[in-house]
Amino acid sequence: MNKKQKKTLWRILISAAVFVGAVLAAPGLPIPALPLYLIPYLIIGWDILWKALRNILHGQIFDENFLMAIATVGAVAIGEYPEAVFVMLFYQVGELFQSVAVDRSRSSIAALMDICPEEANVERSGQVERVDPEDVAVGETILIRPGERVPIDGVILEGSSTLNTAALTGESLPRDAGPGDDVISGCVNLTGVLRVRTTKAFEDSTVSKILDLVENSTAKKARAEQFITRFARYYTPAVVLGAVALAIIPSLITGDWARWVEQALIFLVISCPCALVISVPLTFFGGVGGCSRAGILVKGSNYLEALARAEIVVFDKTGTLTQGVFNVAAIHPQDCDEAHLLELAALAESWSSHPIARSLREAWNRELDKNRVGSVAEIAGRGIRADVDDVTVYVGNDKLMADCGVAWRPCHRAGTTVHVATQGRYLGHIVISDQVKPDAREAIAGLKAAGVRKTVMLTGDAQAVGEAVGAELGLDEVHAQLLPADKVTWVETLLGEKSPKGVLAFVGDGINDAPVLSRADVGVAMGALGSDAAIEAADIVLMDDKPSKLSQAISMARKTVAIANQNIVFALAVKAVILVLGIFGKANMWAGSLADVGVMVIAVANATRALRLDKNT
Amino acid sequence: MKKKFRLTDLDCANCAAKMEAAIQKIDGVTAATVSFIQQKLTIEADDDRFEDIMAQVVKVCKKVEPDCVIQL
Repeated sequence: MNKKQKKTLWRILISAAVFVGAVLAAPGLPIPALPLYLIPYLIIGWDILWKALRNILHGQIFDENFLMAIATVGAVAIGEYPEAVFVMLFYQVGELFQSVAVDRSRSSIAALMDICPEEANVERSGQVERVDPEDVAVGETILIRPGERVPIDGVILEGSSTLNTAALTGESLPRDAGPGDDVISGCVNLTGVLRVRTTKAFEDSTVSKILDLVENSTAKKARAEQFITRFARYYTPAVVLGAVALAIIPSLITGDWARWVEQALIFLVISCPCALVISVPLTFFGGVGGCSRAGILVKGSNYLEALARAEIVVFDKTGTLTQGVFNVAAIHPQDCDEAHLLELAALAESWSSHPIARSLREAWNRELDKNRVGSVAEIAGRGIRADVDDVTVYVGNDKLMADCGVAWRPCHRAGTTVHVATQGRYLGHIVISDQVKPDAREAIAGLKAAGVRKTVMLTGDAQAVGEAVGAELGLDEVHAQLLPADKVTWVETLLGEKSPKGVLAFVGDGINDAPVLSRADVGVAMGALGSDAAIEAADIVLMDDKPSKLSQAISMARKTVAIANQNIVFALAVKAVILVLGIFGKANMWAGSLADVGVMVIAVANATRALRLDKNT
Repeated sequence: MKKKFRLTDLDCANCAAKMEAAIQKIDGVTAATVSFIQQKLTIEADDDRFEDIMAQVVKVCKKVEPDCVIQL
């Protein structure tokens, strides 16, 4: 609690103590009750009365201070002294609670966004200087010691280390980095000293972009928030007018002024829309903050709200559902065992730098004795001929097999087929393909479970490859062999298929799909760590490249919206009940005050749940 | 031009909403948001009259919520 809050707390405690004393002592004392109650009333309420007066002078009439002042002064005037003190006291308790809760949320978001490096160690004329990251130019060399945060994006010149990207991606598994690798600001260097040449200025670095994005996210309001702001504008004046009418009209008819004025005062006690005005934005703020902690950056509460209504999810294939890296997907030996086939292929390709050769070597993943390889000849557009253990081996495509005259057989697997043969004898083939991400299937299933009606994949790849991936992942529709412009057309077609309130989300890696990202209702870029283009183009950015983050994002968005709706319905319902009971004389000021402040406290407490969504998803 | 200002002693959410509405009405202001949670004012206004507009913003703020101070 800060100083101001502590002071309020003391005022509440002292006033409450005097109030209880007055309630107990008043009946026995010979003096009139009014001064006894005025002491706690003024202790707790003087500032409200003062503000009310000052604001009226400024022309601000429907202000909560004014309402509380009128309600309590009115209560005193009709002789309801304890009610007046209680209403004021309880109002202050509510305000204090709200202030502390908001401070808590704010500092908890600030802590999770505590990724901003304070300083950078820059090498200048042989000396290491500590400077503000903003003062480091592009192309300078900085030194990052273990335990320090990477201040600026750059590329490693010297040293290797593991980097913790948890603050950016929510992913706790550290990454290894060595010379030539890019490092991204905001990561924490864990083990070794790194010398890094900066490739960006501080304000263009990842960390600045992210902070900027999160800080501005409250500017784009969700519809629920806009509704509340509009509602609040009419609610208070309406209730005050109602109170005036309730005080005057029945009194003129019945002549019972004291009763109807009291009913009207109850109206005033509950006329502040605070519970709504604070709890709904607080919910979205917490939801956006909770998402950032999980590595899901949301550019505005409106996108979080839209994501909650996702009905059609369209994916790009390469790099989104698949890894975008070529790997050995299958080994089909004809006349030998799998290991032998792979070893032969890897040996034959051991000198090649072709991506296919690299993936063969990676799949073999053991030391290759290059002495076993004799002469090697690359046959352009065909493959390789190499002498391995003094036997000539052919590794390559269908054409190569036809050339050397062996009977090869095609493969049913989608992907690039690499045949292996020795002289006159076919040994089998290896299929190399872009592999589906390990969590992609689970991600699609998660979306279905979350109520997404349709999942679609758009790809520039061949029909067979696209269909194979689609079938493996359980996607509803696959459209292959598309040019970037075709993807936009398909998204537009799909936009026509959704229900009026549904939302179409497009998920891509943000590299070539900026037009599609902006055409969709919600554009989601994934694997965005270090990709400015993606961060710019998308509405929601998944910091790592796991498709399952999307279903997590949708589920968090749904929960945030659910909490906001609970608060809206709960607060309005309680206030409506009190209003009606007040009209029929069934509610007193105690109940009104409890309803007003109680609803606020409960709604705020409920709103702070949004901050911790990632813990239970 | 878009600028952000820190707000101190902005104590009530409803006042923040009212401040926002009042600031949006000032001539020359294209967009304004007052975030009670972040205690921040984001304002977008005509470049050449920015100083002048900010003076009006401060005046409006004083009127709506006298305790709240804009950290210029």
